[in-house]
Amino acid sequence: MKFHLIGVNHKTAPVEVRERIAIPESRLPEACKKLAAHPGIEEAMIISTCNRVELLANVKNGSCDLRGWMHQYFSLAPEELDKHIYEFREQEAVRHLFRVASSLDSMVVGEPQILGQVKEAYATARAVGTVRAQLDQLVTRSFAVAKRVRSETAVGSSAVSVASVAVELAKKIFGSLNGKSVYLVGAGKMSELAARHLLAHGCTSIFVANRTYDRAVKLAQKFDGEAISFDSLYESCDRADIVITSTGAPHAIFRREHGEKFMARRKNRPMFFIDIAVPRDVDPEMNKVDGLFVYDIDDLQQAVASHVADRQTEAQHAEAIINAEVNRFQARILVLDVVPTIVSLHEHLETIRQAEIDRVRGRLGALTPEQEMAVEALTRGIVNKIMHTPISTLKTAARDPESTTVIEIVRRLFNLHEKTGDGGGQS
Amino acid sequence: MSMIWLRVALCCYGVGLLYALVALTRTTELLSKLALHASYLGMVFHLVSLVEAVTSAGQLTLASVHNSESLLAFLIMAVFMLAYLVYQTTSPGIVIFPIVFLITFVAATGQQPFLQMSPSTRHGWLLTHIALIFTGYAALSLSFGASLLYLIQERMLKSKRPGGMFGRLPSLQVIDDIGYRSLLLGFPFMTLGLIAGTVIAENTYGRVDLLDPKIMLSVLMWAVYLVMVYTRWNAGWRGRKAALLASVAFIAAIVAWSANYFSNMHRFVAS
Repeated sequence: MKFHLIGVNHKTAPVEVRERIAIPESRLPEACKKLAAHPGIEEAMIISTCNRVELLANVKNGSCDLRGWMHQYFSLAPEELDKHIYEFREQEAVRHLFRVASSLDSMVVGEPQILGQVKEAYATARAVGTVRAQLDQLVTRSFAVAKRVRSETAVGSSAVSVASVAVELAKKIFGSLNGKSVYLVGAGKMSELAARHLLAHGCTSIFVANRTYDRAVKLAQKFDGEAISFDSLYESCDRADIVITSTGAPHAIFRREHGEKFMARRKNRPMFFIDIAVPRDVDPEMNKVDGLFVYDIDDLQQAVASHVADRQTEAQHAEAIINAEVNRFQARILVLDVVPTIVSLHEHLETIRQAEIDRVRGRLGALTPEQEMAVEALTRGIVNKIMHTPISTLKTAARDPESTTVIEIVRRLFNLHEKTGDGGGQS
Repeated sequence: MSMIWLRVALCCYGVGLLYALVALTRTTELLSKLALHASYLGMVFHLVSLVEAVTSAGQLTLASVHNSESLLAFLIMAVFMLAYLVYQTTSPGIVIFPIVFLITFVAATGQQPFLQMSPSTRHGWLLTHIALIFTGYAALSLSFGASLLYLIQERMLKSKRPGGMFGRLPSLQVIDDIGYRSLLLGFPFMTLGLIAGTVIAENTYGRVDLLDPKIMLSVLMWAVYLVMVYTRWNAGWRGRKAALLASVAFIAAIVAWSANYFSNMHRFVAS
C-alpha cells in the first residue's frame, strides 16, 4: 500500500486561496466518494478546515494524480493552485497526518480543535465507505498519537491566543472571574472575541459603548448586555472590572486623570484595561495609577510570545514522539504486508508435504499409530526447519524499507504468485 | 523536655525558611509541599512543647519570655495555616516562615526570666491578655506578609513581565482577601488584649500610667491598626499605601514588644 497526501494550509496559502477550496461539511461525503472513484485510488479521506484542505489517499499502484483531481474538482488552473500545494508520500504522509492530528501543524500550535476536525473527517469518510482498511488503521493510529502527544508533553497546556492571555491576566488580578463585569469600548470583532472568552470564564455582565449607538445595541443584544451611549463613557466606565477598548480614535480616550477618578469611585478596587486598538485608546501613563492595570496589544502579544517560546521546546518533545510513532506504524504496516506471503508460503509447503505423504504412503504398508505419528512428525519437522529461515528473514525484512524486494524474491522462489488473493496481486 | 521539642519544631520550620529563601528566585511545587508538611510537623512538636511548658509549673501560666515567644510563633503559624486552609496557597509563607523561624529561634535559645507579677495575676487575666494580644500580633504579621506579596504581585503585573514567581503567586484578589481578613480578624483580639492588659495594670498597680513607654507604644500601635482598618474599609486602600501602613503597624508592634525592656510596669525580667 502507498499513502499519498496533498494539501494546502495556512502556511502555504493565503486565506483568499483557502476559502476558495474549502469544502463545506455538507458536500464532504460526496467529495470523498468522488475522490475515491478517481483512478488508482483505493481509499480516500478529506480534511477541510478553515486553515487547511488535505487529501489523504491509499494508492493502488504507488502513483495517482491527486493534483489533477484537485484542479478538476475546484476548477482551478494548475498554475494558480500548484504553488500552494505540498505533497507527501509514504512515511512522510504518515508523519504529516500525525503532526496535523497532534496540532503541531496548527496556526496556534497545541490548539485542541484540530483533532476533533480530523475525527469528523474520518467519520464522514468512513460513513461513505471510502476509508476501510489500511487508511482506517493509519487515521485511528493518528488519534492515539495525538493523545500521546497531549498527555506526554505540555503542548496545548497553556494559553496562546491573545484572548486567552487576556483571560489569564484577568485571573491573576481578580482571582475568579465569576461575577466580574466587562465593558467594551468600541464594538470590533477582536473585542467581541475577547469578551466571549471572558464570559466563558465566568464574567457575568457586559456593557457596550460605541460611537455608533446602533452597533453598541446590536452587540449588547448578542451578549445579553447593556448598551451605553458614548457620551456617558467616563461616568459609567468604573462600573466594570475589565475594560476592553478597540475604537478607531486617533488619540487616547482614557488618560491618567480618568484612571484616578475611576479608582476613587471604585474605592480602589482594581481595574483591568485591555487596549487592543492601534493607535492606542489608553494612555500608558494610566498604568502608573495604583490598582489600574493597562495592557496594550503589544503587551498581550509579548505574553503570547513567551508562551509560544515555552511551546517550542515542548513541540520538540512532540516531534520526537511523532518520529517514534511513524517508525512504529511503518513497521506494523510492513509486517502486515508480509503476513500474506508467510501464510501462502505455509500453505504451499503444507500442500507439498501432504502430496508426498500420499504418494509414498501405499509403499509403507500397515503402520502402527506410533509409526503414523512418527512419519507425520518427521515430515512436519523437515518442512518447519526449511521454512524457519525464510520466515524469519521475511519478518526482519519487514522492518526495512527495502523489504519489498525480499518479499518479491521469496514469492518468486516458491512460486507463490497466483496464490495471493489479497490486495497487492499485480506486482 | 519542652525545650527539646521546641528545637525539633525549629528544625521543621527551617524547611519553611529554606522555601522562603528559594521562593524569591524560583519556586518548585515540591519544595512548597515539603515546607507545608514540615510546618505541620513542626506545629505538632511546637504544641507538645507549649503544653509541657505551660503545665509543668503545675498551673496554667505563661510567665516566661521564651514561653510567650514560643506561643507567639505558634499562633502566627496557626494563622498562616488557617489562611492556607481557606485559600490553598503557601505564598504568604515567603514572609511568614522567616518571622516564625526567627521568633522560635529566639525562644529556643533564650533564658527563662520570669515576669514581675503578683502571683494572683500570673494566670487568668495574664494568660488571657497574652493570648489575645498574640493572636492580634499573629494576624497582623499575616496581614503584613500579604501586603508585601500584594506589592510584589502588583509590580509584576504592572511591569508586564510574566514568568518566574508571577505564575506561582496567588491572584491579587486572593492576596488582598488574606490581608484584609487577617487584619479584621486581628483587630478585636488586639483591642480586647489591650483592655485585659489595662485591667491587669489596674489590679497590680492600681493605676495605668499612660506615659510608660510600653503603654504609650501599645496605644500607638493600636491607633495605627485602627487607621489601617479604617482606610481599608472606607477608602479601600490597597497596594503601596496599605503595605506602607502595614509596615508601620508591624514596626510599631515590634517596638511595643521591645518596650518590655524599658517599661517599669510591664517587665519580663525580675529586677
